[in-house]
Amino acid sequence: MSDAKTAENPSKSANSRKIAVDVQGASKIFGTGADRVAALDNVSVTIAENEFFTLLGPSGCGKTTLLRLIAGFEQPTAGQILLEGQDISSLPPYARPVNTVFQNYALFPHMTVAGNIAFGLEMLGKPKAEIKQTVAAMLKLVRMEDLANRKTSQISGGQQQRVALARALAPRPKVLLLDEPLSALDLKLRKEMQIELKRLQHETGITFIFVTHDQEEALTMSDRIAVMSKGKILQVGSPREIYDHPAERFVANFIGETNFLEGERTKKGVKLANGVELAVSLPEGLAGKSQVTIVIRPEHARLTARAKTGLPGILRHVVFFGTDTHYHVDLDACGEFIVREQNNRGAAPAFKAGDKVSIAIGENAAQMLRD
Amino acid sequence: MARRFSVTSQPGFVFLAMLTFFLLYLPVATLVFYSFNAGVSVAIWEGFSLRWYHTAMANEAVQEAALRSAFIAFIAAIIATISATMAAIATTRTPEYPGLTFKYAFINQPLMVPEIVTAVALLIVFSRIKIWTDYSGLGYLIAAHTAFCIPFAYLPIRARLESMDLTLERAAADLYATPFQAFRRITLPLLWPGIIAGFMLAFVTSLDDVVITEFVKSGGQETLPTYMLGQLRRSVTPEINAISTIFLGISVLFVTIFFLISRKKN
Repeated sequence: MSDAKTAENPSKSANSRKIAVDVQGASKIFGTGADRVAALDNVSVTIAENEFFTLLGPSGCGKTTLLRLIAGFEQPTAGQILLEGQDISSLPPYARPVNTVFQNYALFPHMTVAGNIAFGLEMLGKPKAEIKQTVAAMLKLVRMEDLANRKTSQISGGQQQRVALARALAPRPKVLLLDEPLSALDLKLRKEMQIELKRLQHETGITFIFVTHDQEEALTMSDRIAVMSKGKILQVGSPREIYDHPAERFVANFIGETNFLEGERTKKGVKLANGVELAVSLPEGLAGKSQVTIVIRPEHARLTARAKTGLPGILRHVVFFGTDTHYHVDLDACGEFIVREQNNRGAAPAFKAGDKVSIAIGENAAQMLRD
Repeated sequence: MARRFSVTSQPGFVFLAMLTFFLLYLPVATLVFYSFNAGVSVAIWEGFSLRWYHTAMANEAVQEAALRSAFIAFIAAIIATISATMAAIATTRTPEYPGLTFKYAFINQPLMVPEIVTAVALLIVFSRIKIWTDYSGLGYLIAAHTAFCIPFAYLPIRARLESMDLTLERAAADLYATPFQAFRRITLPLLWPGIIAGFMLAFVTSLDDVVITEFVKSGGQETLPTYMLGQLRRSVTPEINAISTIFLGISVLFVTIFFLISRKKN
């Protein structure tokens, strides 16, 4: 089972920590007969304590369904969900020490900011003095002390977002689930909240499970990312692992820009259609195929004048992006290849369209795909 | 860009609208006007006076009928509102299943069955029960009014529940509220405007019912509308206009409150 294999490939940091959430072969099937849809297909993943873990994928990939299974809003059709070793699959949401920040915040409109934050504590039957103290601490944590007695309709979107966070953090859950919480904010506010979220996670020490379709958000905030597609987890790893060593075509395509090259597998690595042989890193769970695809990130290659080494080709377009320049190269027998180079102050591009060039591939830059 | 079709800019629109309003409100305006007549006629104006209001207020039969009407309407509207609230929650907060649409239809049945049919049916059933139990109190009227008030209370409550953000209840459950706590702390407070609107509508509906009341009531159980009907069969004085005007005022008041409440968003 390929899912299990990727799931059991945690980064070093996650290995040494206690496990917070352990999803074991969870499936969720909606509908019956011909309308049967597997929103989640036999997914296994372990999430360590105090980890900022991101479920990344396009809409409909199953990331929200997985979040709902952990929260308890949905019951798994098969499989188990363990929280600190205990099976919580059959517990209702109100019996799980897990809180959610909803995409639309879901603040209670008939309560004040402070009333919203106190709600979870009241339901847990905490003493009044403790609730007051915790609410004050939470308001301070999200920097909302001045607005404690406002109605939630009287504050801005960014402020509502903070209240939603404070409300979910107040009962000190073992795990905080965040369902695309930043998607309703404008770009500037989103950047601010990204930093704010990291700070909150650091200060509270709570495990965060973050759902997003925004790859940049995932790369900048996460300790580890699980890339999902069609109800399956394709790859789990640190942002750097996922970016530098995508295991499948979908992952390589979904995260960042990349060049795909077809070739034949050899002892040393891969032999491309133009005869050049490249050393490549191998993915987990590689099948014994002879025809393979490799990926190379545009910034992991360099453009040189036509040379004996490297991939020969003809420069077609030079596209200026401010911070960097993209060179579109037509490779001999291997299709199009994009090279990205950082712009240096004052330096004009060394090449122009029509030049005969070569592409030098950096060491460990080429990654073979599993599929 | 072509101008969009606008009904208000068609020739004759203003005239037609004015005429319609005039025809709609002319009878009511006439009725209100003659309630202030000093003379005994409902058609010949003899000067302004509050005479008939005093007469109506002092009339013990009117007082009694008005109180009975209010009592029946109040009790019936409360029972109908509670039933309607439960029905609305049950029909909006359960996953869809075959037969749910039938239940909507069943709850709203009194809106579709002709009132006279319900009236005759109740007359037959209640007369049987009266013989068996020997009870002939207001219970029959209250039961009958409750039955036809339920859909009027149900519709605004259901509308409110349907427009409510379901993630709020989910968020409450997520924050350790049991289903009952979530209902009491989140759903119910947000549902109040709908419940009050439903109650108002049920109350007004009960207040001015004639047909079913006429069939179901026992001797000495006149409500204000049936009393007025009885009076019209005998002599017509502006007293009936005065009673009608007061009645109109009360209904307008309730319906206005209903609109104000149901218009209020969240």
